[in-house]
This record gives sequence, structure tokens and C-alpha cells, in this order.
Amino acid sequence: MSSGSGIDVRYVARLARLDLSEEEAVLYQRQLDRLLEHVESLQRLDVSQVAPTAQVVPLTNVLREDVPVPSLDRAAALAGAPAREGPFIRVPRIIEEQE
Amino acid sequence: MSAPHEWSATRIAAAVNAGEISAVEVLRAQQAQIERMEPEVGAFLSLTAGLAQEQARRVDEAVAAGRRLPLAGVPLAVKDNMCLQGTVTTAGSKILAGWVAPYTATAVARLLEAGCLPVGKANLDEFAMGSSCENSALGVTRNPWDLRRVPGGSSGGSVAAVAAREAALATASDTGGSIREPAAFCGVVGMKPTYGRISRYGLIAFASSLDQIGPIARTVEDAASMYDVMAGHDPMDATSLPRPVEPTARALRDDLRGLRVGLVREFDTKGLGVEIDAVYRRAYEQLAALGAEVVEVALPHAEYGLATYYLIAPAEASSNLARFDGVRYGLRVDGGSVQEMYGKTRAAGFGPEVKRRILIGTYALSSGYYDAYYVRAQKARTLMASDFERAFAACDLIACPAASSAAFEFGAKGDDPVAMYLMDYYTIPMSLAGLPALSVPCGFAGDGLPQGRELPLGLQLVAPLYEEARLFGAAHAYEQATRFGLDRVPPVLEGVR
Amino acid sequence: MSGTVVEQAYEAVIGIECHVELKTVTKMFCGCRNEFGGDPDTQVCPVCLALPGALPVPNRVAVEHVVRAGLALGAVIPPFSKFDRKNYFYPDMPKNYQISQYDMPLVSGGVVRFRRDDGSEGSCRLTRIHLEEDTGKSTHMGSGDGRIAGSTHSLVDFNRAGVPLMEVVSEPELRSAEDAVAFLEYLRLTFLYLGISDVKMEEGSLRCDANVSIRPVGSTEFGAKTEIKNMNSFRSVGRAIESEIERQRNVIAAGGRVPQETRGWDEANGVTHSMRSKEQAHDYRYFPDPDLVPLTLAATWVDELRHGIGLVPIVAYERLEHACALAPAQLRQLLGDPALARFLLATVELHPDDGAFAQAAANWLLGDVLRILNERGTSIGAQSTLTPRTLAECAELAMGGAITSKTAKELLERVMSEGGSPKEIVQREGLAQLSDPAAVAQIVAQVISANAKSVADFQAGKENAIKALVGQVMKVSKGKANPQLAESLLRERLKQT
Ligand SMILES: [Mg+2]
Ligand SMILES: [Zn+2]
Repeated sequence: MSSGSGIDVRYVARLARLDLSEEEAVLYQRQLDRLLEHVESLQRLDVSQVAPTAQVVPLTNVLREDVPVPSLDRAAALAGAPAREGPFIRVPRIIEEQE
Repeated sequence: MSAPHEWSATRIAAAVNAGEISAVEVLRAQQAQIERMEPEVGAFLSLTAGLAQEQARRVDEAVAAGRRLPLAGVPLAVKDNMCLQGTVTTAGSKILAGWVAPYTATAVARLLEAGCLPVGKANLDEFAMGSSCENSALGVTRNPWDLRRVPGGSSGGSVAAVAAREAALATASDTGGSIREPAAFCGVVGMKPTYGRISRYGLIAFASSLDQIGPIARTVEDAASMYDVMAGHDPMDATSLPRPVEPTARALRDDLRGLRVGLVREFDTKGLGVEIDAVYRRAYEQLAALGAEVVEVALPHAEYGLATYYLIAPAEASSNLARFDGVRYGLRVDGGSVQEMYGKTRAAGFGPEVKRRILIGTYALSSGYYDAYYVRAQKARTLMASDFERAFAACDLIACPAASSAAFEFGAKGDDPVAMYLMDYYTIPMSLAGLPALSVPCGFAGDGLPQGRELPLGLQLVAPLYEEARLFGAAHAYEQATRFGLDRVPPVLEGVR
Repeated sequence: MSGTVVEQAYEAVIGIECHVELKTVTKMFCGCRNEFGGDPDTQVCPVCLALPGALPVPNRVAVEHVVRAGLALGAVIPPFSKFDRKNYFYPDMPKNYQISQYDMPLVSGGVVRFRRDDGSEGSCRLTRIHLEEDTGKSTHMGSGDGRIAGSTHSLVDFNRAGVPLMEVVSEPELRSAEDAVAFLEYLRLTFLYLGISDVKMEEGSLRCDANVSIRPVGSTEFGAKTEIKNMNSFRSVGRAIESEIERQRNVIAAGGRVPQETRGWDEANGVTHSMRSKEQAHDYRYFPDPDLVPLTLAATWVDELRHGIGLVPIVAYERLEHACALAPAQLRQLLGDPALARFLLATVELHPDDGAFAQAAANWLLGDVLRILNERGTSIGAQSTLTPRTLAECAELAMGGAITSKTAKELLERVMSEGGSPKEIVQREGLAQLSDPAAVAQIVAQVISANAKSVADFQAGKENAIKALVGQVMKVSKGKANPQLAESLLRERLKQT
């Protein structure tokens, strides 16, 4: 765990598709640095022999049979859509770019 | 004779099933109470009068046709992060303001099936992220015990509604303490089941591996009845437990004989102040007086709980909340491109706490930091779970505080997120381990308030995985013997502001 | 020209990545139908639209299809597998993460053995096969040509969102465009034989990208690779790879350096062009999907799937090649229709190691049977009257001289309409060929006396006249006389006269 300059708020905000104002960037930088300082305590734990826990309840192979159930009708499916065109959802132009 | 809005859920259901009162009458009384309380308390983000009316009629018809429903005619508040078809469902966020759910969450559907009347959608911290309900973007909920104070969070609206008799029952969700801490703050019973016990289908996700729905009620018996209705396998949730559910309402008991109750060495209450410390000491003594054998247990990794939680929960949240993008539903702020629209929509739609958690979670998963943060936190989670396993080898239940303080005043935690996060110090370890736990009222603290205006405190009881029946049974014995949650009502009910 | 020098010095290194839509009744994580070409946004539900609160549950058949694919390609099925989230934003991806598999795919390794056009053998190992979900479909508007560049907005149809998708990744072991195409063809055929995908490039159920680099012959290092996209037929895959190899050779011959990038194939101009020039590492923030639980592939489950694999194309090829002497083009034709290949193999296996029989069966199948099926607008898989056994009987009767070829063809038509055993029909209706010299001689005598003109013509040296006389013998015998026998008896008799 690096305790150096820590979180690059601008980079992370871009990954998260979250525009930040100047003030927000400064505020979150400070608050997140403080939080990271707190989580640094995990560094003290020896976890070299420990397996990670993704789910506490030990289930495996929870699968669905390949049997259809009715879909939503289009009116219900698209009722909340901010912009539509015919049977489609409309979005502004997509710029091809790197993630 | 008291009005039906003051009755327990058990009493309402019995009366409605017996034909002594109709669900429509119960609803009328309940709606009058909501009208009186809402201007003071603000528990609801929206009222669902039409739906409740319709459901009341359906319940009365069913009863007239000879059916007996476990929660016949019981008014229910639904936390607004649970979908209820045809109702505005917002998760307390501007990004979902006005969004009408086209389907119903499994747990809520089961409650309706059991005869509940959905009176409204209860306020919460935005996306259930918070411990005070102050993070709701859409409303302010006040603590019925002191309107200058927060109801706790994130299930603030649910607990305030039940405490102020605006509903007999409320659904709530708990990720790191969001049921137990507000239940303690508002003097009601709040229970978080074993992870996987109640379906998460239709619960707007915060952190998938931690989120659990649970009941809020004024009595342990009511909470148990509500749990019994909601619990059980749901094929729509791949993390839902397939094992059968032992009906807990029948497991309620009057003493604690034969039970070993563990007190956690690391959870010393001296640091909580003399007054609160005394309340918990007395609570532990009462457990012993009820016949429990009190033993000391250790949770050596509990101190890492917050750090672990504040990596895992935001990491999952950062991904879960990616779907709020302005494309298919909810808020859209237009931009010259899809990418611009994403950035603007999410900037305008999410509040500061949600943004903070998205940022920290994105960071914890990002290239170069994943192993150091996320994986390490998951390993710490393993240590936490094994702590509990060892502890439960020496005891049957654990008793500890449900929160680090009584309800605090609005704005008291300033802008230091870590100070707020410390509220969940006692609840997070159980969430990480997936254990069932509940908060039951255990006394009052003055916290500088005038005589007679004390604030409720909650005793947290914790059981091993799947042992909900044991948990409710013991909580009932404690509640009936101490009556902290049964005899006093919040001042707002008596017109005290 | 310097190009020849470069050609000798450099070899191509090619790896293939394919996305294959699986043939299931429902989508990967919800019960919506998995059907191509439905009305836009009609095959959607809370899960595949990523409505708030919806949860995924994996489709058992999709998991099994991927395991079948792995087993058919001789891969290892690891005992443990899981689903991960691949996080990135795109408007046709509802959750803004794709449920995929990162470090624990369902299938590890495997090999695709293939035959080139000339019949020679080749192979390429697989890295992995994993299971994920497809995205919706965006239509780009306003650019005139449907391309994303220059578009003003896009329209999204979510019917395809959540369709089960299998990603197959090869090792970079292919050395020519021809091999890459042959590899793809055998991969496609394998999935076709397993019945796990429609594998239609034109419908997008098979999509592939090629990674291409070149390096000095003898080198074991890899050069910088380019990833080629937008190829919509096997022919374009071959052309694109060839063109890209050529381009890279020219860059290096001119002293340049090939940058790592993504390039698009321009079908009309026959060249690749740079799609993303500034290559930056993606930060997908993979992590285990907390909404899903791990998969354990027990040996019994895997064995059960293994037993259901049946015939795979490369084995069909080898067995057919061993059984009968067919041209590579004929073998390809047979392999392309799994039902046809299975039919022929089932037929030839009725007389193992009888090359002449196998050859005859193949000729019947590829000749008259296919012709009749074409005339009737059906296929071998769709018809049920002809079986390998009855085809074998036709071939046997004809080969042994028991019936004439004319009778045989009529018999085949009949069997393909009504079914039944050709041998029984021949016996019952006396259709056997007349090969008894005495009986045929009698008819010959009759014909000679009745056709004085033809006899005279023949004796006058008109060789053709014999044909007319044989024809008369066949007519009198109702087609049953052995025509060779009839002719030799005729010649013998006419010489004597
Ligand atoms: Mg993929
Ligand atoms: Zn669906």
C-alpha cells in the first residue's frame, strides 16, 4: 500500500465519469486523503496467509434454468427514458476514445 | 381504547383477521396520524395513499373470504431504496427523482402478499450512504425524540416513521449499520438478518456483498413476524440462501437461561461517556439477571472494521452506481457528447457523500491499487469472520452497543467523513461477517437535555450465521423484562417540540 | 525489390479473439428471450435494462455450452470459476460494467486442429474460453453512412443486451492468413456441431478480431501487435490479415516502427486504417461480481457434459478421409453440414473398412440424395424417411448388381418419399436385376426376331444399332435385365447369324 501522494482525484473522477468543480476537487482531495490515512491501518495486518472473502455465505453454482419469463412491454421499459426516438433510446453522439 | 395507529402490528393483524376492524379503518387512522406527524418528523419522501387504499380493500376482501393474513391491514413504510411498482422510487437521490419503479422488490411483494398496507416511501441517506439521514437529497427527517436531532441513518425515515406511529412496520436496509444505528437513535427494534436471508431483488444496491433488508418495528415480536414474512429463498437473487427459515415469531422466549452471552473485550464502553457507559453496564447485568451466562470474548480485528468496510463498500458502490448515467432512466443533463452527458449528469445527480464513495471505490479498484486496497480489505474481512467464529465457540450471542452515541444534532459531524463513519464502529464488523444482529432499546441518555427528554439507546445482540430465531428469542426476553421500548413514547407524540 | 528480402526475413504472428453468441432460449442473466431480430426494446426486463435494484442470475445452459466448447477442443475445465465485473461506460451497456470472467475462466487451454484447403493439417492452441454478456446495439445517426465518426446522435436497442457471449482467445500461433481462416472455420464448425451457436457472422453471432505482428524468422520475441477489427466475413479476415502483414512489412522495410494500436478493416478499399492512435492502457477495474457466487465444476457434471459432445468436425474429417477417397472440396462440403457428415459416417460405419462401399455411399449422398433434397427444398436433417441403413441398402443393391442403376434411382426416390427397406421392396416387387443368361437369352432371341431393321443395320456395320437393341431388351424386361449381359448376348447371337 503506497502512502505517498495518494489518490489522484482527477484521474479517478474521470474513470468514474464524474465531473468535479475546482472546489470539489480540492475538498475531496483533502477528505479522501484523510480517509486513506485511516485505511492505511490495514497495512499493519499480516494477511500473507489469508484468503480473500468476496462473499460471506458459502454458496456455489446458483444457476437459473433456461426458461423464458415475460419481458417488460416497451412502454414500461422505456417509460423512464429521458430521450427517445421511435422505439429506441436516444443518446448524444458517442465520441470514440480511450477509456 | 387506543387508536389503531398506536397498536402493534401483531394486534392490528389479529383484529383485522378477526373482523373487529377493517383494514380500511386502520388505514384511515394511520393516515390521520401521518398527517399530524409529517410536518414535524418528515419521515416520508412520498405517500402512496392510492396504493394503500387499494391494498386495504384487497385485504378486507380476503379476510371476508375467510383468509387469514399474517400482517393483515398492518401499515407499512417502505424505505425508498426498494422498488414498489407504480411508486416514485428515488433512493434519496436527485439522480432518480421522479423515477417510477416498474416492478416490486421481492421482500416488499411478500409483505403486500401478507396483508401490509404500503403508506409511503421512507426517507434515507442518498443510496443508503450515511448514518444520520442528512445525506438525503430530497428531504429532512427529524428524530421524534428530539426534532433538533437526526434520526440516524441510513434508514432514518423508516425508524422515524415507526417511532412516530406513522406506520407499525417499516422496511429498512443495512450495509454497515443502517438498520441498527437508526433503530437505536429512534428507540425502535431494527434487525439485520444473515446475509442472503432476505432477497435483495428490487433493493437499489449500495454494496452488494453487504446489503441486507431487515424489519423495523416497535416490538421484537412485530419485527420477528415481519422477518418471517420477508425471509426465505428467492430465485431472483443469486446470493439468496436456499436453506429453510425457522419461524422466529414462535421462538420468542421470556428468559435467557442456558444462553452464554459474550461481551466483546475490544468494545469497552467507558469511552462513550459516563452516562452511556452506565446504561450498557446495566444492560449487561440485566442479561445476566435473565439467566444468561455472561462471558468475555475477543474480536481482535474489530479495530480494522472501519478501514475494511470503507474500502469494500465504496468499491462495490462505485460499480453499482455506474448504471446511473442519464441514458435509460432518471436525471439527464445534456452535453455535446455521451461522455459529456455522463460527467454532467452524474455531477448534478449525486450528492457529496455519494461522490466521495464513488471516488474512493473507483480508486480502490483501479490499476495498481487493487491488490493493496481491495484485495487486502477482503483478506481483512476473512480475519473478521474468523474472529466471530472463534467468539461464537465460547458464546451463543454477543451483546454490545448499537451505536457510538445517542442521536446527535443536525450538522454535528461537520465535513469530516471519518467522524461520521465512526458512528458505525460497533455495527460494521457484523456486516463484514454477514451475521444476524439487531438493536433493541436498552435505556436512555440525557446528553444535556432537560429531565424527561432523554434519548433512547440501543443494545445490539448478534448471533451466529442463520441463528435469527435465537436472536429474536433473546431480544424478546430482554425487551419484556426491561420494557425500555414499550412504555415511553417520543415527545413529539405528546405535542412536545 | 527490397520487399523480397523482407519477405524472407520476417514471419507473421497471428492470434484470434472471437466473440460467439450462444444459442439459448433466454439471455445470460435474465429470462428474456435470446432471439435475433426482435422489435427494438421488446426483449428487455429490469435485469437486462439494469433498472435500479435488479439482480443477475446466470443461465445454466450458457455455462454448460462453454464447458462443452472447451471439452470439444480438448481443454482443461478448472474446478473453480467465477464471474467478474469489467467496468467501463458505454451507452449500449446498461450497467456500465460487463459481467465477464477475468482470472478464472470456465475453460483453460484447448487446441483447434484444422485442415487447410489442400488437406494439410494445422493447429493452434487456445489460451482460454470465458463466458460474458453481450451489449445492446447502437445505431449511429446523422453521419450518412451509419458510422460513428461524424454522427450527431445514436439510437440504442437493448434487445441484445445480456445475450450470452462466449469469448475465445487463441495463442499467437498462427503464421498465415490462410491458417487464421482455416482455424476460424474449424472453430465455427465445432460450435455448429455442438449446437451451441448459430455462428453467423452476418447476424453478428460470430465476431472476430485478429492480432497481427511480424518478427524476424527464428526470433522467439513478439513484435508490437495491431488489433484488427470490423471484419464481417471469413474472406475479409483473410484479406485484412494479409493486407496488415504487408503493411507492417513495408513499414519495417522503410526503416519504421509498428506502433501497438487498434486498426479497422476497410472492406471497400482493402486496407486497414488506424482507429485509436494514442494507445493508453484501459483501467477496467475488474473485481469479482458480488451479486454472483462462484462456480464449481464437479467432475460428475463435466463428465456428463463430455458424454454429450458427440462428433466434432475434425474427427468427422479424419474418419471420412479414412473411409472414402473424397476430394478436399467434397470433404469441406460434407463437413459444412453436420447432419450430412453424421449421416454419411453412420452409413459407412455399417460396413467398416469397405472402401468401395463407403465410396459408393458418399457418391449416392453427394449425388442423387442431395439432388433430390434440393428438388424438394429440404435437407438431410429435416427429412426422416431415408436412414443410413436404407441408403446403405440402396448402395449395396446397386453395387452387387442386384438391381440396375435405373431401378436404384427410382428406389431411392421412393424411399425418400415413403421410407421402407429397399431390399424388402426389391424382393416384394420382384425388381431384382435379371442376370440369368438363359432368361436374358430368351428375351434377346425375341428382340432379334422382332427388330429386323436394327439387326440388319448392325450387321451392315452400324455399331450404334446395338444400343437400340439393348434398349429393346430393357423395355421387354421392364428395366430388370442386366444391360451388360444383354449386350454381350446380342453380339454373340448376331455374330452367329
Ligand atoms: Mg469480451
Ligand atoms: Zn431481461
